[in-house]
Amino acid sequence: MMSRHTRLSGLEPLVITPDLLFVNVGERTNVTGSAQFRKLIKEDRYEEAVDVARQQVASGAQIIDVNMDEGLIDSEAAMTRFLNLIAAEPDIARVPVMVDSSKWSVIEAGLRCLQGKGIVNSISMKEGEAPFLEQARKVQQYGAAVVVMAFDEQGQADTCARKVEICSRAYELLTRELDFAPEDIIFDPNIFAIATGIEEHNNYAVDFIEATRELKRRFPDTHISGGVSNVSFSFRGNNTVREAIHSVFLYHAIKAGMDMGIVNAGALLIYDDVPTELRERVEDVVLNRRPDATERLLEIADNYKAKKGEVVVENLAWRDKPVRERLSHALVHGIDQYVIEDTEAARVATTRPLDVIEGPLMDGMNVVGDLFGAGKMFLPQVVKSARVMKKAVAHLIPYIEEEKARTGEASRSNGKIVMATVKGDVHDIGKNIVGVVLRCNNFDVIDLGVMVPAQKILETAIAENADIIGLSGLITPSLEEMSHVAREMQRQNFEIPLLIGGATTSRAHTALKIEPHYKSPTVWVKDASRAVGVAQSLVSKDLIDNFIAKIRAEYAEVRERHRQRGNGKPLVSLDKARSQRFTTDWATYEPPQPRQPGITVLDHYDLAELRQYIDWSPFFNAWELAGRYPAILDDDIVGTQARELFKDAQAMLDQLIAERWLTARGVIGFWPAASVGDDIQVQLADGETVTLHHLRQQVDKPVERPDFCLSDFVAPKKADKPDWIGGFAVTAGIGIDAHVARFEAAHDDYSAILLKALADRLAEAFAERLHERVRREFWGFAPDESLDNNALIDEQYRGIRPAPGYPACPDHTEKATLFRLLDAPANTGIELTDGFAMFPTAAVSGWYFAHPDSQYFVVGRLTREQVDDYARRKGWSREEAERWLAPNLDYDPD
Amino acid sequence: MSSLPWLHPERVALLQQQLRRRILIIDGGMGTMLQGHQLDETGFRGERFAQGHDSTHAHDHPGDCDLKGNNDLLTLTKPEVIRGVHDAYLAAGADLVETNTFNSTRISQADYHLQHLAYELNLEGARIARAACDAAEAKTPEQPRFVIGVLGPTSRTASLSPDVNDPGFRNVTFEELVLNYTEAAHGLIDGGADVIMVETIFDTLNAKAALFALSELFHQRGVRLPVMISGTITDRSGRTLSGQTAEAFYYSVNHARPLSVGLNCALGASDLRPHVQVLADTADCFVSTHPNAGLPNAFGEYDETPEQMASVIAGFARDGLVNLVGGCCGTTPAHIQAIADAVRDIAPRALPSDHAKAA
Repeated sequence: MMSRHTRLSGLEPLVITPDLLFVNVGERTNVTGSAQFRKLIKEDRYEEAVDVARQQVASGAQIIDVNMDEGLIDSEAAMTRFLNLIAAEPDIARVPVMVDSSKWSVIEAGLRCLQGKGIVNSISMKEGEAPFLEQARKVQQYGAAVVVMAFDEQGQADTCARKVEICSRAYELLTRELDFAPEDIIFDPNIFAIATGIEEHNNYAVDFIEATRELKRRFPDTHISGGVSNVSFSFRGNNTVREAIHSVFLYHAIKAGMDMGIVNAGALLIYDDVPTELRERVEDVVLNRRPDATERLLEIADNYKAKKGEVVVENLAWRDKPVRERLSHALVHGIDQYVIEDTEAARVATTRPLDVIEGPLMDGMNVVGDLFGAGKMFLPQVVKSARVMKKAVAHLIPYIEEEKARTGEASRSNGKIVMATVKGDVHDIGKNIVGVVLRCNNFDVIDLGVMVPAQKILETAIAENADIIGLSGLITPSLEEMSHVAREMQRQNFEIPLLIGGATTSRAHTALKIEPHYKSPTVWVKDASRAVGVAQSLVSKDLIDNFIAKIRAEYAEVRERHRQRGNGKPLVSLDKARSQRFTTDWATYEPPQPRQPGITVLDHYDLAELRQYIDWSPFFNAWELAGRYPAILDDDIVGTQARELFKDAQAMLDQLIAERWLTARGVIGFWPAASVGDDIQVQLADGETVTLHHLRQQVDKPVERPDFCLSDFVAPKKADKPDWIGGFAVTAGIGIDAHVARFEAAHDDYSAILLKALADRLAEAFAERLHERVRREFWGFAPDESLDNNALIDEQYRGIRPAPGYPACPDHTEKATLFRLLDAPANTGIELTDGFAMFPTAAVSGWYFAHPDSQYFVVGRLTREQVDDYARRKGWSREEAERWLAPNLDYDPD
Repeated sequence: MSSLPWLHPERVALLQQQLRRRILIIDGGMGTMLQGHQLDETGFRGERFAQGHDSTHAHDHPGDCDLKGNNDLLTLTKPEVIRGVHDAYLAAGADLVETNTFNSTRISQADYHLQHLAYELNLEGARIARAACDAAEAKTPEQPRFVIGVLGPTSRTASLSPDVNDPGFRNVTFEELVLNYTEAAHGLIDGGADVIMVETIFDTLNAKAALFALSELFHQRGVRLPVMISGTITDRSGRTLSGQTAEAFYYSVNHARPLSVGLNCALGASDLRPHVQVLADTADCFVSTHPNAGLPNAFGEYDETPEQMASVIAGFARDGLVNLVGGCCGTTPAHIQAIADAVRDIAPRALPSDHAKAA
């Protein structure tokens, strides 16, 4: 028999597996439990009531309980209206709803609003078996799970024996008479108030806990739930003590098998966080351990009562916890302030320094990993956690080395991964993030850095006895280099898995161009959040076979689909494409003459000015926070993290500008130019003619839509109109290395990555700002242009600035010509690598076109005919052309 | 309700036996086939509706109403055309044909002032399909043919507000939908359907109303029919129109203990794949899919060829994802034949419970 897990749903599934341990049902949307919510409903303030639900889900409620049982409310109408309203809020509706009422008609009204599978709370045998079964049958028909209260004709069960007896009878009836799924049955064996002063009440918590234990033993597929706040009812007005009672009660009830509870998800206290004295006395009460337990709790209760009007400045309560908890807290919250002293305290308390890593630190990082995997933490937080971890580990390393020298022992990790940005490429933000996340999950990561040749990667993997190799790259030539690494791994008989990642990589490219070259597992990793899952599957003997079988099937499918698509929409011949070029009436077109022809260098450009031109959306995307700036700051899911990250970014920008960490340098140039076929001929001052080569779209389009080539936007030679072309190269990354190194030495990857990301943004902002000045001043064809930053980002201006290597001119090698024309290395300090990547990486370069109809487009796929033609123009062999244009080939080269 | 006896126990046994043996073929789209007949307003009206309303019924509205486009009405006015479509799909190899009843509910027919026809349309729709299947089965007794009684989504959604200013507003209630579906299902059962399929589910709450209606109806009649459920992922976001993921959708309808769960319409086969995979991974029952012939092109036409579609679906089959496959919008008998040919020798997805037994 398959495991019978309760499978609920809102917009998203909630499968209650044992590893969830305890399902939080949010209680604040309950008019009987929350005075605030009752007020909102009574006053018809439904929008605010919906916000209460949102807060519950945001603070971790996995299900929300909705109850409208109040004499002065039309409960059925209120239930319907409220559920219909939250159905329209995806961030609430993603979780299942628990429809809570003592009136069947209200429950039914609620069930009629739920598209997902929710829970009915509750039904019972209060009125006898027949109505109980009739209601249960309806629950089945509506498709919900059900809470069965321990209540029968004689009344509500208070002793353990009665609770077990009633629930067992209900179970037999439901499963036998109705074939009710056991996993859809949730028992509520009644949580009653304790410490009321009445002696008979003293054992209520124990009765609940013991009944829970017995019911879980008898019916392991069912669940046990209850309204937790009832238990502390006699301490109302003293929230500290109430929360302590909840915490202690839950601690014991969960151990006994309670796996669901209606709680205030935002106010759950960790058992260990309850002060010792209070915890002990609460425990006496909950477990009914001594006759004077209630008095003893009352004695100290007032000491814990929060004083009215007290303002909490900074909650440092966690500093009073045991060291293990402190480390865990610091890791989860990314606080590095106390980590060295806490790590030292932990080290002194253990016999081996390694125990600190393998114990509290790894435990803490596991929590982080779980939260991240579950989407409850976001990347910036994880990177901050990693910073804390790194600092702690750095503190321990000397002690560990010392011990290793003494005993010869080493630590065990999940596996060893050699990672590198491939030869010709220098981009490493994404790779560094993946490295951090993998280290958080106890992988040994050997990061070889950037521009790493295949052989060095392979030699390191052998020398280090690595379990996995990970390749990263951002520019398109890196794709070809990755195929090359894969072929080399095959040739050298490697058998370890190969991971592929980076912005231009894709499932399709990996499936088509990399995986076929390497017989062992080759897996494309979409982003950092997937990296851990993939790596863990690959190093697990239990998981790898299924995982790889799935990946292989997926890639085979991609290849099949690609083959079909290739046959599906054939490209047109080069002649046909050229006959359908973009054209305009050149005779009436007057090309604008630049006001400042030749080369202009802009050194030490003002970063404060550039700051206003930053397009922030890609910055957040680099951190895997999805959304557009500024809306992302108020996003329901990632808003908090986005705001925090934004705040850190602003602070660093302030500092890097004030302290001149980075230098921005740029160069622009304008030259007389004319198009000749698909090429552009540029006339230099010394009389030399330089040819720029471009590629043409070959898509089968209707006649009115041209097949573009960038040369179309420059007046043809035979039109005899003096036209111009411009070029630029800018960087904001001069001087960055020293600061990145400084952060890395301080084990602060977060700041290192943040700085790199900001430098990238500043370089892009520089390109944007300079383009604006080119239009208004240097070329000057739009002197009166006045656009705000959003309009700039949306490219609402005349002219374009396409970059070699990007879709309109995908050949990276043309960057060499651009750099020569601009003398960019001397004028800006930007160098080109073998793969034509720019270094520093925070750099942008491209061409300027001024024609009013010039536009961005994607060259896309190319036929062999055009590749041959291009090779002839470039003076290349066909093989060279195919290598540089590999991502654009519409055919498989020989 | 799962303890109720089957209405046609021998047909259910036969169907389940076939499902364990091979991948069964559901027919293709009705709309494309009807377009081929180029019927005009007069063609749709036939004799009984010549005046733009039902001559046998006392209407409570004045005047006539255009009926062109009411494809379900052809069941009454051009039954030979509908029969012809069924025959064509059966000849192409379909094991199951869907009744022409996608819009045969009170709510949907109210657009034509023909809400009183709901029961009749379902009854006759099922009868035509029944006759077509029986004729085909008589010719090839080794290949039994089944009638799927179709319950469509209706033109309204129970969990979405049509008014952007009032997200709490609904233009249809659960109870209304239950009444609509009960009436339609009565007709389908009386007309001889072998199974009922709740399909093209945009809004799971509508489907839950249909499932509720079916279980009440079965309960009243004391017998039941197998139920197939097919949802619709409306776009590449991977969600239903009402916002659910495929997995959440399955959990929301699984209480009906369906014969099969699956996905149809909206996307082409290749875009549906990840979601079919989710169902194949999680469903305890059989899995079906009947996608469109690709995504609509700029002219709203579907242009995936039979070969392209069959090849993608064969990929599903080879990976053990499916038990029933067919086509939706834009598909033709040629698509169905190509799909049938492509999956003929591929084993169907094994049920998780069969796996457990083998283990």
